[in-house]
Amino acid sequence: MKHLSTPLGDEILDLKAGECITLSGTVYTARDEAHIRMMEEGIPFDPKGAVVYHCGPVIQNNEIVVAGPTTSARMNQLTGFILDAGIRGLIGKGGMSAGVRDQLKGRAVYLAFTGGCANLAAARMKLEGVYYPGLGMAEAVWQIRLDKLPLTVAMDTKGGDLFAKVEEYAKKAFRDLYP
Amino acid sequence: MFMSFPGDPELNKRISDATSEAVRISEIYLPQDVKSRLKNAYFNEKNSVAKQEIANIMENIRLAEERKAPLCQDTGIPVVYITLPPDIGWSHDMREAVYSGVRKATIVTPLRPNVVGPISRENTGDNTGHDMPPIHLSVGEKFTITILPKGAGSENVSAIKMMNPSEKDLIQRFVVETMLKAGGRPCPPVILGVGIGGTFDISAALAKEALLMQIDSMTSYEQEICDKVNALGIGPMGLGGDTTCLAVKVKTAGCHTASLPVAVNVQCWASRRATVEVIV
Repeated sequence: MKHLSTPLGDEILDLKAGECITLSGTVYTARDEAHIRMMEEGIPFDPKGAVVYHCGPVIQNNEIVVAGPTTSARMNQLTGFILDAGIRGLIGKGGMSAGVRDQLKGRAVYLAFTGGCANLAAARMKLEGVYYPGLGMAEAVWQIRLDKLPLTVAMDTKGGDLFAKVEEYAKKAFRDLYP
Repeated sequence: MFMSFPGDPELNKRISDATSEAVRISEIYLPQDVKSRLKNAYFNEKNSVAKQEIANIMENIRLAEERKAPLCQDTGIPVVYITLPPDIGWSHDMREAVYSGVRKATIVTPLRPNVVGPISRENTGDNTGHDMPPIHLSVGEKFTITILPKGAGSENVSAIKMMNPSEKDLIQRFVVETMLKAGGRPCPPVILGVGIGGTFDISAALAKEALLMQIDSMTSYEQEICDKVNALGIGPMGLGGDTTCLAVKVKTAGCHTASLPVAVNVQCWASRRATVEVIV
């Protein structure tokens, strides 16, 4: 298993969809509202090689209580500009559109984290800071340090897409079951 | 002997405390039968990504217990099931006591405030609201409060179909198709509650009640549907694998000769439920 650290560089070009990895280093949470704010005002952190985590954590007394992934598909239309700015990794659940798959090509990867595993995430995290606290707990951009979070490469830099492959297989299996 | 009556503040306090405690336990500790199913799935899974996903889930369950924190950040809506002994009547005060228990649990567990107005989308902040959370009453030997916290990811891909009575052999296909359309969105491996019969509304209620059943055994009918769903290969989180469905549970009721309502309530791996007795 490969152990990656942020900021990400060209080592991600060798990753293949379906590969299990771990990620360490700083990541930034962002959901719908944060993406819209960044689009309007610019990205408040250095985006070069950075990783964005689709997550709305529960924070209490400056500690991360739980921080599982949210559904990435909501960010399908909001992702292009952060990739153009130099973001090289996205973390979330459920997969993203074919449009995002094309935008990732040659420069960034989409990493799946296990849905509902909010404690596992929190146990591997340390809170470092926050941007846009006014957006509220779930929508703010939290700067978080990861310690070996286990992830699956779901979309690689060459158009490989594990979710799409599984969906295609399921459709065929259904046709075989009920011709 | 001290008699309990609807307006009894002591009894209402115990109802409130039992509700709060049932919510807290359900959010942190997954039932043993669900944990056993996941463990079996881990040992039988052949796909390496799927195995890692199930390992993550099992580690998350362990950490939730250790950290005494909710299993998932979507703490759901606490669906409430109450059994009342035959000699105790239900009252408005008792309903308010259940709501106050949910409000308390929102702070002490803690829960994410999830209840909003359906059109305004304004959050009430305490997980109660207009007719929320839902309370289902039935008669039982003891006064018990059962909480089933239901998250939105799996609820949103649930389905209901008014089938023709001649289509009874297509029920299985409808269940499998519901999961095909859902894919990885409900955070599989899932448990499927299936309600067959009743009326339009009762079939949905049966499907949810089926999720309260133990999943350590299945009938041959349930097993057959479960095997077919697993044949889809969706796998944990939609990343592929042998484990898409941990169990299927079916509940039935009589229905009109001209109808066949069928409902499928999809439940994510965090199949949370807990029961606390109210001492009367």
